[in-house]
Amino acid sequence: MNESNRLLLSGDEAIALAARHAGVALGTGYPGTPSTEILEHFHALGGHAQWSPNEKVALEVAIGAAFGGARALCTMKHVGLNVASDPLFTAAYTGVTGALIVVSADDPGMASSQNEQDNRRYAVAAGLPMLEPADSQETYDFMFAAIEISERWKIPVLFRVTTRVCHSYTVVQPRAQAETPRAANYEKDIQGRVMIPAYARPAHRRLRRKLAELHEWNETCGLNRIVEGGPALGIITSGISFMHVREAAPEARVLKLGFTHPLPMNKIAQFAKGVERCLVVEEGDPYLVESIRGAGVAVEGKADLYRFGELDVPRVRRILKQDLSAEPPKPPGKPPQLCDGCQYRIVFEALRKKDCIVAGDIGCYTLGVLQPFEAIDSCVCMGASLGVGLGLRHVLPAGQARRVVSVIGDSTFVHSGLSGLVEMVYNPPPHGHVLIILDNSTTAMTGHQEHPGTGRTLGHEPTGKVVLEDLARSLGIRRVHVVEPRLGTGEFERVLTECLESGELAVIIARRPCILIAKQLKQYETQRCECAAAAGPAPA
Amino acid sequence: MTKVTNIVVAGLGGQGVLRGTDILADVALRAGYDVKKSEIKGMSQRGGSVTGDVRFGQEVFSPMVPVGEADFLLVLEPTQVEPQRHMLRPGGVLITPDAVRAEQLPSRKTLNVALLGVLSAHLPMAEEQWLDALRAGFAENFFEGNRQAFLLGREARKQGDQNLK
Repeated sequence: MNESNRLLLSGDEAIALAARHAGVALGTGYPGTPSTEILEHFHALGGHAQWSPNEKVALEVAIGAAFGGARALCTMKHVGLNVASDPLFTAAYTGVTGALIVVSADDPGMASSQNEQDNRRYAVAAGLPMLEPADSQETYDFMFAAIEISERWKIPVLFRVTTRVCHSYTVVQPRAQAETPRAANYEKDIQGRVMIPAYARPAHRRLRRKLAELHEWNETCGLNRIVEGGPALGIITSGISFMHVREAAPEARVLKLGFTHPLPMNKIAQFAKGVERCLVVEEGDPYLVESIRGAGVAVEGKADLYRFGELDVPRVRRILKQDLSAEPPKPPGKPPQLCDGCQYRIVFEALRKKDCIVAGDIGCYTLGVLQPFEAIDSCVCMGASLGVGLGLRHVLPAGQARRVVSVIGDSTFVHSGLSGLVEMVYNPPPHGHVLIILDNSTTAMTGHQEHPGTGRTLGHEPTGKVVLEDLARSLGIRRVHVVEPRLGTGEFERVLTECLESGELAVIIARRPCILIAKQLKQYETQRCECAAAAGPAPA
Repeated sequence: MTKVTNIVVAGLGGQGVLRGTDILADVALRAGYDVKKSEIKGMSQRGGSVTGDVRFGQEVFSPMVPVGEADFLLVLEPTQVEPQRHMLRPGGVLITPDAVRAEQLPSRKTLNVALLGVLSAHLPMAEEQWLDALRAGFAENFFEGNRQAFLLGREARKQGDQNLK
């Protein structure tokens, strides 16, 4: 074995390395656990990587790159694909000229997410081929296969990974030679890419033909494999579950599926026929088991209690034994909390004191829901604080309505709070509304990524900056306050009280850099000033 | 097939749990084993509980140490012992901060590496492989402090063995 060639990589790093070795021209995405490290690593390896304001824009940029004939990668967490689903479904119709790999990083068990949706359903709903690797080596290898499929069938590929694949480190032996894809070049294809009904109708038929071909190809391709074992027990599985299965049932014959949509149904039927007991072990939704049964193949599935949370070796052993007894509870760990010196503590203390009804959002500040604050009343999805707060304001009696505020972070605001702010101006509630933007100059929860409001790129280089207060004022909101929450000044609470009592639309930007990266932020700012000085005085 | 060695490292965000598992996994890789490392990130920076699993042997399947199968449980924060004790197999070894004399550490930040030193005395990898992993895992100016902490833990364990005899 060539020792120097063995790398210990996370699944995220393996995706990035494969993307580099395959000559991916552009990687786009929005930060989200467990997908964030893919683009960071791709950038560190010298790849062209960009954070977009949200996943929808990221996917659209990647579609453009793939229309131009390049190899494009777009990364996001599972819920991000909901945001990007609009372009996703129609990109399945248009297809691509280069390659387009859409990474969906799912989070069964919700290590750091608001739901545990199973995005394998998106492959079926949108009609896209889907690959599911089980460890970092497969993740690396499957990326090349995904690109090959995408280019050969001119179709986006859904690359579905999960937290344990993304964040587990396993040994990878990379290829000796990198690929050099053909150069980007625009080829006109109006009927192929302009989805007016007249062109979309044939495009849908084209998509179904591609899927039929892919189905046939999948029956014999090397992405699904059989691990030999006795005929008493056969297990059909995919992704990380394969690893748990191998450990829990080393004697079993295993059909390990890597290309999981469209499924190789003949191969599956043949496998099932050759074993006495055929069990499907999969994490999350009963996607495989329902599809296989739908094709008329009798297989055993897991009990419903195992669709919640992630699987592990002990749970797979229980599934094998058809054990339906209550599972041992996990001993409680110490929950995370807002950092000691976090400025948001001042904000949540004030909100609690004023007995506000708080429509919250996604980020560090969601921790304001825990003790001692318990000052968040809802958290649905990215950007929902605006809409939910407005809806409450519209229907609640005046006494309650006047206490409703929306609270959102800076990165989340740029992600999908913008259109909610437009809604606030367009359909103002009778007693006004108060939006608090918690601006700590970073995407803190996912590990401090840049966003359009920081004025720095993914690689922390200066770029165009979206100024939140200017944006709010440009929409015609008169009460726009920028406050630095500091202990002992009471300024934030004063401004909040004033805005709540005004009965008008108000935006309060609580701005202070995240204490965890205050040092780095100063460094970036210095670089920015030097850069500006080098560029000469700004025109008047 | 040789048995897989299972190690769980636990502590709170900011204590270097994940850095510790990085080093441990790197040593196993350098020693030529198949190795897998699993961790749950995301909330760790907010001071919550953090655990990392490292498994090595001839062939490792699941990246997660099954409950009750850890050969070693290395805990950086005393309050995390009880929540993680169920991970240990019967007869498994628990390594806590008591294993080293805190006042002898070059800095409190090196506790993770000192406890790796204690662990290292139980494992087959050579001292040089550990030092190579430490050298690769830290910036140059932190290496010396971590080397000292590591050797302190490694010696403490050896002396502990002698005391038992």
